[in-house]
Amino acid sequence: MAVLHRTVFAALAAGLLATAPARAEDLPVIKVEMKDGAITPNVIEVPANTRFKLEITNTGTSPVEFESLELKREKALAAGATSSIVFRTVDPGTYDVFDDFHPNAKATLVAK
Amino acid sequence: MIGAFVIAFREVIEAGLIIGIVLAATRGIAGRGRWIGLGVVGGLAGAALVALFAERISDAFEGAGQEILNAAVLIVAVLMLIWHNTWMAKHGRELAGELRAASEAVRTGQSTAAGLALVVGAAILREGAELVLFLYGLVASGTSGYDIQFGALAGVAVGAATSAVSYFGLAAIPTRYVFSVTSGLIVLLAAGLAAQAAQFLTNAGLITVLDRPLWNTSSVLREDSMVGRVLHALVGYTDRPSAMQVLVYLGTILVMVALMQVSSAGKRRQLRTA
Repeated sequence: MAVLHRTVFAALAAGLLATAPARAEDLPVIKVEMKDGAITPNVIEVPANTRFKLEITNTGTSPVEFESLELKREKALAAGATSSIVFRTVDPGTYDVFDDFHPNAKATLVAK
Repeated sequence: MIGAFVIAFREVIEAGLIIGIVLAATRGIAGRGRWIGLGVVGGLAGAALVALFAERISDAFEGAGQEILNAAVLIVAVLMLIWHNTWMAKHGRELAGELRAASEAVRTGQSTAAGLALVVGAAILREGAELVLFLYGLVASGTSGYDIQFGALAGVAVGAATSAVSYFGLAAIPTRYVFSVTSGLIVLLAAGLAAQAAQFLTNAGLITVLDRPLWNTSSVLREDSMVGRVLHALVGYTDRPSAMQVLVYLGTILVMVALMQVSSAGKRRQLRTA
């Protein structure tokens, strides 16, 4: 028990205290804006078969959750927050994305 | 208002179903209420922390912090569930009251209740962080109307009530069978959580093999439908599982069933020689 407690705490602490900035400067960055039920751009173009970073900013006044079932990714963002999802590799194709907190907000992610 | 209700409801029910199963599985263990309560409080505190530090966590480990944290939390939960089922295979009959010499079960029952408190905490931590962001955002922004805030809070309440119904449903099963049912549910629950952990490790880039979807049943049952979400929470339903997820799912079931067999065989030997 104690060992498991320590392991969990270590993992949490590592997550919270990691101060080294992500070595992601060399990654292509694709910006996405989410605002109270609107996703901009509506067609998100990303490079296929390579690492890239999707930088999502919530410019609205309500919380949002970027989600794609096909890509198995989700990220919840408070109002005013910016956060990123790093993709290792995405096959060429078209994927549905949506805002799980605003069910009508939909967009597509196109990898090529 | 309906939108806020649905969002809050489904976030609560995913963790709530797990709590219902855990409560049913710990029936007869003294002090389990205190442990499970501790798990709920700890999980809520953890969820608030994760929501508060969401951006810092995301940026850790070169952008894979959220995935690694989720995988770690899930793996702890899976280990606790495996331990509980192995323990139950040995002591379940004592707790069910068929054997009166339950002294050992009473003595060691505390630690398995503590283990399951961790499972409850993990479930709330994972699902709760999103709910905290959502609810706090609604209240803090001040721009949403009272009807939306009411909808969200009603969603939380109805989600909790539905979870309670799932517990009482399980509790209504005759004592002789209840632990067989909960053990079966926990095997599938653990396998589903392990498969989710595998996907998080794949997303984090720590697993790089067998990451292609093995099949696609999204045309039959979408994972984001209500039934899909409930099955996802209970048995780990995924409409596009990767080969790794299927492998981990089946592997977890195999390991758990094997450990339960060994454990219950050990108990029978113990009884014969006594």
